[in-house]
Amino acid sequence: MTKAMPRPDAVTFPTARQTPFDPPAELGRWRDEAPLRRLAYPDGHLGWLATGYAAVRAVLGDPRFSNRVEIAHLPLKEMATGQDILRFPPGMFLRMDPPEHTRYRRLLTGQFTVRRMRLLEPRIEAIVADRLAEMAAAGPPVDLVPAYALPIPSLVICELLGVPYREHDRFQRDSATLLGLEPSEEEKLAAFQDLFGYLGDLVRHKRDEPGDDLISGLIATGELGHEELTGVALLLLVAGHETTANMIALGAYTLLRHPDQLAAVRDEPEVAEPAVEELLRYLTIVQFGPTRTATEDVEIAGRVIRAGESVTLALAAANRDPERFTRPDELDVRRPVAAHLAFGHGVHQCLGQQLARIELRVAIPALLRRFPGLRLAVPYDEVPMRTDMNIYGVHRLPVTW
Amino acid sequence: MKISADHDVCIGAGMCALNAPQVFDQSEDDGTVVLLDPTPPEELEQQVRRAVQMCPSGALKIHE
Repeated sequence: MTKAMPRPDAVTFPTARQTPFDPPAELGRWRDEAPLRRLAYPDGHLGWLATGYAAVRAVLGDPRFSNRVEIAHLPLKEMATGQDILRFPPGMFLRMDPPEHTRYRRLLTGQFTVRRMRLLEPRIEAIVADRLAEMAAAGPPVDLVPAYALPIPSLVICELLGVPYREHDRFQRDSATLLGLEPSEEEKLAAFQDLFGYLGDLVRHKRDEPGDDLISGLIATGELGHEELTGVALLLLVAGHETTANMIALGAYTLLRHPDQLAAVRDEPEVAEPAVEELLRYLTIVQFGPTRTATEDVEIAGRVIRAGESVTLALAAANRDPERFTRPDELDVRRPVAAHLAFGHGVHQCLGQQLARIELRVAIPALLRRFPGLRLAVPYDEVPMRTDMNIYGVHRLPVTW
Repeated sequence: MKISADHDVCIGAGMCALNAPQVFDQSEDDGTVVLLDPTPPEELEQQVRRAVQMCPSGALKIHE
């Protein structure tokens, strides 16, 4: 491990935000000076921070950077325990490199094609309609997070995997614990074991009684052992919940704060698709990474990253790069669609991105149309933001109509 | 414009099929790219360029 010597030019990763929708201001200032700079990691490692769009894209697309957790350094002390847990089970292919990664990924990509996800669209519309009906029946005010944003993606993933809805609350609780910064190592381990145990039982059940779901489909390939299947199911569940849920809630909140753009999303069907891409770019909810580690010396943006050095990629800063986007700090739901880095880039780019797109394209306009008078039920400064979590968003969003 | 698709590099993200469905499809087996038309007509150029730009693996190339 490279022990960091004190260096006046090395920064530490900032987490405090000055405004609710913009990344920490230092990231943008640093990016405008240089796309890559030295980063001091809490474990003493001296690595790099990439804030420029081209540099981030270059690192994520370069096979000389590894995602293996054994050689990784993490930019924030609190992230460490969650990552240890991700290392444990076989099948957690997120933290592998090609060719091991490729084997797992290829078994799944056929399940997540544009066409397959479009086939799910009627189910997603039905799930969304049910949630809206329940909200209407309960009457205002409502916290949009538990009432709408959390249930929709978890119901969709449960449907995809063949998990019964009655096991729902258990998953949300456990996955929130796994991904949060506050829970202790013991709490995370307990949540992980609970989830892993249940999914193991589910896999066994599906072997005996296959259904028309992803777990049964994976079992049918004969390619994965029991622990691998369970690990893959856990990864998909954890990845599919918190991220999309936060985009729904934070996306709704963002539009509530930009009423003219909210009206466009609500009233103009052709705006839905570019609006989803723009919200993804503008909000970039993966806020503390990802991080990759060089396995050999690599030149990026005119600097040499040595073998063994880690690079943390500030996706949110890259998605606001003026060299890539005009008026980058402005939300513009009509902005012509262009590639952004909210789903990452390279071989680990979000597997579920097409599913996420459809969920957002259905859920956000439907909410605005069902409740045209939707507004916050509290003052702006009473909406608590998830500045402490790996995935940014709102902890609560009390709304009325 | 001539398009090539490297099947080994492709990770099946589907951005090509999403942006230029007349030119790109995804395999039902593993989601990897199926190049429907290696010499797409001029009216599809903008969509094809966007598809190539958005490909996360660099599997797609334009040969001018």
